Amino acid sequence: MPADEVTDPVTAKQVRSSAGATAMPPETAPARPQVDVSAARAALRDVPHEPGAPKPDPIVVVDGVRRTFGGLTAVDVAHLEIQRGVITGLIGPNGAGKTTFFNLMTGFDRPDEGDWSFNGTSLKGIPAYRVARRGMVRTFQLTKVLSKLTVLENMRVGATGQHGERLLRAMFAPFWRKQETSNTTKADALLERFLLIKKREDFAGSLSGGQRKLLEMARALMADPELVMLDEPMAGVNPALKQSLLGHVKSLRDDGRTVLFVEHDMDMVRDISDWVIVMAQGKVIAEGPPDSVMGDQRVIDAYLGSHHDQDISEDMEDKIIAQAQAEIDDDNSSTAPADVEGEHRA
Amino acid sequence: MDWQSIFSEALQQGLGPVAAVYCLAAIGLNVHFGYTGLLNFGQAGFMAVGGYAVSSFVATWGLPFWLGSLAGLFAAGVLALLLGVPTLRLRADYLAIVTIAAAEIIRQTIGSVTLLTYFGGQDGLQGFSSSFANLNPFSGPVGIPGVVTWRPYDFWTLLVCWVLAALCCLMVWALMRSPWGRVLKGIREDEDAVRSLGKNVYAYKMQSLMIGGLIGGLAGIMSALQHSAINPSFFATDTTFFAYTVLLVGGAARVLGPVAGTIVFWFLISFLDLFFGQATSGTNPLIPDWLMNSNQASLVRFIFMGAALMLLMVYRPQGIFGDRRELAIDAR
Repeated sequence: MPADEVTDPVTAKQVRSSAGATAMPPETAPARPQVDVSAARAALRDVPHEPGAPKPDPIVVVDGVRRTFGGLTAVDVAHLEIQRGVITGLIGPNGAGKTTFFNLMTGFDRPDEGDWSFNGTSLKGIPAYRVARRGMVRTFQLTKVLSKLTVLENMRVGATGQHGERLLRAMFAPFWRKQETSNTTKADALLERFLLIKKREDFAGSLSGGQRKLLEMARALMADPELVMLDEPMAGVNPALKQSLLGHVKSLRDDGRTVLFVEHDMDMVRDISDWVIVMAQGKVIAEGPPDSVMGDQRVIDAYLGSHHDQDISEDMEDKIIAQAQAEIDDDNSSTAPADVEGEHRA
Repeated sequence: MDWQSIFSEALQQGLGPVAAVYCLAAIGLNVHFGYTGLLNFGQAGFMAVGGYAVSSFVATWGLPFWLGSLAGLFAAGVLALLLGVPTLRLRADYLAIVTIAAAEIIRQTIGSVTLLTYFGGQDGLQGFSSSFANLNPFSGPVGIPGVVTWRPYDFWTLLVCWVLAALCCLMVWALMRSPWGRVLKGIREDEDAVRSLGKNVYAYKMQSLMIGGLIGGLAGIMSALQHSAINPSFFATDTTFFAYTVLLVGGAARVLGPVAGTIVFWFLISFLDLFFGQATSGTNPLIPDWLMNSNQASLVRFIFMGAALMLLMVYRPQGIFGDRRELAIDAR
């Protein structure tokens, strides 16, 4: 990661202090100063609560990104901006395209069309590993720990710009030993913070589901990312650990990082997000602060179906069935099945 | 039953040049399969291009031996590149299919009549190893008299093979303790996770395929020199699977796994051969003629070897050097 890509002042300072080498990670992981997030949150106050609303300081800008699987349009985002320095939640019913959207943003999947940028530079066609090096690191819905590596080794893999990862230098330890020591110090500090220090020498495969989530998050932080993308960080985590995970996600923001996360747990979304984006059937249908979004009629409809607050009388039922039938007759197979489904799900 | 000669000859095989060649082949596979998780079922192909490069350079074109050896390594590297470019971006099974097919294509092509003038068809090539043999400093039988001895040329090749194997082990050790090796092991566990952490997975897999392929090419060169001859049947599919057996017996992803594996494997296989050979020979054999005759004896060892392998996989699937804790993770 060249130094000019580092805009986060905290990270930039660390890079400068480390013996002149641009790619060297910090010697130690210093206690990060608390960044004042109120300014970033205040900036969101004037943003209209509309899908695709422009933000004062966007870190990610998405334009016309579309991904189809056969006839099904999984993601179709016309315009979306993600504000720097805050926690943005991405919610939506199952199959809304949230994870596909994550995959597209991080280079794990390629869209049919559209462009998106990170810190002002386009990420279109950039492979996943380069996206990560630019400071946009993701985690996975189904945790991906490296089972037969120890927890510490998992952490060390996360560090970027390691000299010892070059084949010719790898054979000779003096080239990388010093860097390895500093990476280990950094890893230990993170493990301490994420309560995994006692598991340091255990195989990652022996961790519980919640611990794996913690490890994955900690490992992502080894790369000092500007934007952390968490795909369902709470899935399969017991309530006790959930509280501490929540704290960790908030602490990422307090470090000055931007967080984008996908989650189904509404309590969590309400608790920690500064801004919420709602997706349904591949589109962004609503945006806004958590409370306003959760009262939004479009969101309720998307989650519960548009007839959720009406008793279905026979009259009503006939009407719905007739409507659905008409639609089916209208275009036998060209319509994506999801489009029909949403109308008469009541 | 002459136990002393059975042990002596089995030991001669277990430490002998053939075992050493398989050790090299298995070290290459260890880099591929053990550390990176690449399913290369065509190690015999890498050996074939290495062995045929050196023998045809010398025997067909009359070029110097050292140039042929370099060409052998170069050809193995090029083969790795050719196989890797189309397959390493795909799922792991594609590499397995492509490598096993490529190894057979190479073997059939080399043995074809069209190329008879260059590679000698099914009869192969001879008379290319004199430069190597001239370097042999030994003249009489070498070894520990009464325990195990080798003919001078055999000892010379086994010495060179084992020295090369030791150097390869040293290189594998140095690489696998480094951050580079850690990335390889990470790719073996989950390549998407490694990709998400900013590593160019494709480049790492290619490097691994080339390093393991080069070691395979080295094994092919030594195999040709050890026999002082070469023909396509040296590089049939079972060569690859013997190398895999050696690797699994010793323990995959362990630096010394292939070394221990090859010694145990070749010791046992020749021990069984000698034992059944002796037990079925003579006028009053140990094993009665109606149960097993001397013609069957040399094949029965493979049945026992297979059974022993199955038992090994059931009771010690991690091999001799493997770590039992790693297995506990798989069971989850």
